[in-house]
Amino acid sequence: MGVLFENFGVFRDGFLLTLQVVVLSAIGALILGTIVAVMRISPVPPLRWLGTAYVTVIRNSPLTIIFFFTASGLPTALGFDASFLRIPGLDAVFTRLTIDLPFFRFAIVALSVYTGAFVCEAIRSGVNAVNPGQAEAARALGLTFTQTLRHVILPQAWKAAVVPLGTVIIAMIKNSAIAGFFGLVGDLSQSGYDLVVQQGYSVLPVFVGVSIGFLILTMPLGLLLDRLERNGALAR
Amino acid sequence: MSEQTVLYDAPGPRARMITIVSSVIAAVLVIAGAYFFVYLPMDEKGQFDEALWGPLLDPSNAVFDQVWERLGEGFLATLEAAVLAIVCSLVVGTLLAIWRVQLKALSRRRFPGVAGVRFLVVALNVITRFFVEVFRGIPVVVTIVFCWALLPKLGIDLGGDLGALVLGLTIYNSVVIGEILRSGMEGLPGGQREAADAIGLTTGQSIRLILLPQAYRIMLPALISQLVVVLKDTSLGFIITYEEALRISNTTIIPALHNPIQTFVVVGAIFILANYLLSKLASYTQRRLARGRKAPGGRAAPPAALSGEMPGAVAVQPAPVGGPPKTDD
Repeated sequence: MGVLFENFGVFRDGFLLTLQVVVLSAIGALILGTIVAVMRISPVPPLRWLGTAYVTVIRNSPLTIIFFFTASGLPTALGFDASFLRIPGLDAVFTRLTIDLPFFRFAIVALSVYTGAFVCEAIRSGVNAVNPGQAEAARALGLTFTQTLRHVILPQAWKAAVVPLGTVIIAMIKNSAIAGFFGLVGDLSQSGYDLVVQQGYSVLPVFVGVSIGFLILTMPLGLLLDRLERNGALAR
Repeated sequence: MSEQTVLYDAPGPRARMITIVSSVIAAVLVIAGAYFFVYLPMDEKGQFDEALWGPLLDPSNAVFDQVWERLGEGFLATLEAAVLAIVCSLVVGTLLAIWRVQLKALSRRRFPGVAGVRFLVVALNVITRFFVEVFRGIPVVVTIVFCWALLPKLGIDLGGDLGALVLGLTIYNSVVIGEILRSGMEGLPGGQREAADAIGLTTGQSIRLILLPQAYRIMLPALISQLVVVLKDTSLGFIITYEEALRISNTTIIPALHNPIQTFVVVGAIFILANYLLSKLASYTQRRLARGRKAPGGRAAPPAALSGEMPGAVAVQPAPVGGPPKTDD
């Protein structure tokens, strides 16, 4: 277990980097997923088709393929380096957004695009859970589709969508471990890999360290969701 | 498929007109955008050259056979790992679910006179719960990589990279499947267990004969979606140098042909197709199960006296206790 304390700094930095990836990707996925969810329930058929196509393709492709695309396909084909993520203000908080190697940004793009599809489905399940009477009443009042959605459906849908969304975010936190194998140096999984494979530390202590890092992120969220579910705090 | 939702009125002639016109305009804009911002830059870099696509799509290409032979090997390896992982996770997951339900039944019983049994049961319960929560919370990549690093150090050989990959996938997915089945069993109406007790079945018998078959039935869609997850996660084998489709693409085909986009499009399309079919199977099963007993397809209806509560004949689909089955990512 000496390894853990010896390299405490490495684990801490890895944890902080993973945390940054997770926070940024979660924001991206929530924005993307909400847009796609609205597209999928909109009255415009082409938008619905587009949303459905996106969800079908992304949900059925391995995250690894998406990472390969963003990290090695798009840069060679389009010169894509995700520099649109260097958002002024945001890059002051997440300084990794601006450094030259783009792999941090690639990780965020890949995770957001992948998780967005699952967020969309979670939100849609929330929308479906809203009592149809609510939408009927809103329409009887003469609200348009956008008004119905904004003032009546979505505020209630969030309630029913919280648990599925939490599950999706937990899955995303776990998926973020893959980023370490696509050029993102110094995140939790890559640090662990480096300690074991390159520096020859013994496997189990490092495994425990990496696991603790991920469990700090996933376990409280999971327990919180279980509680919310059991207490029926979110029941309609 | 006319999805009539309550969110908006069925579009009238004017709305339909607006939709069509704006869709056409949007489509033209999108196509133009795609042409200028995707096609032209890609074309400039020669991404549509025969040299890049030909080996993958054109059977008359000189290296077509070679490329597909390698890819075929890769997909076979993927399939092999996936099937092994699925079978192992199903077996271990079932055992885990039985173990947890069995423990729960034991913890309700009293053991007068035998000291320590109760303590042992509680301890086992806590330990199992701990491992389930831990392995559910760790990324499957991390489990796979550490299995791969740990196995040789312990002097265990499970067949090299394949063994490590299957072990890693099994550890994670058996925990998930175990939870799916357990919540399926606990979601059954209490009468099922009571009836089993009343006719004198032991806990083991009632799990095996009454609870588990129904849990499988109810949770079939969730189980199939979990299989999609296993198939997708098999591609993580490339990290531990397992020679599956993606690794072969990345280390053999792309360095030789310099066509990452093209190769990933083709390999990705195959993955997507396979998973899409599996997902369709899951939703088909779900629909069949939801229709359930209302239309006994080809099967003789049970005699009226029996048609109430038979094992396997759950009239009302109970909601599993754990909420919607958790199919991670």
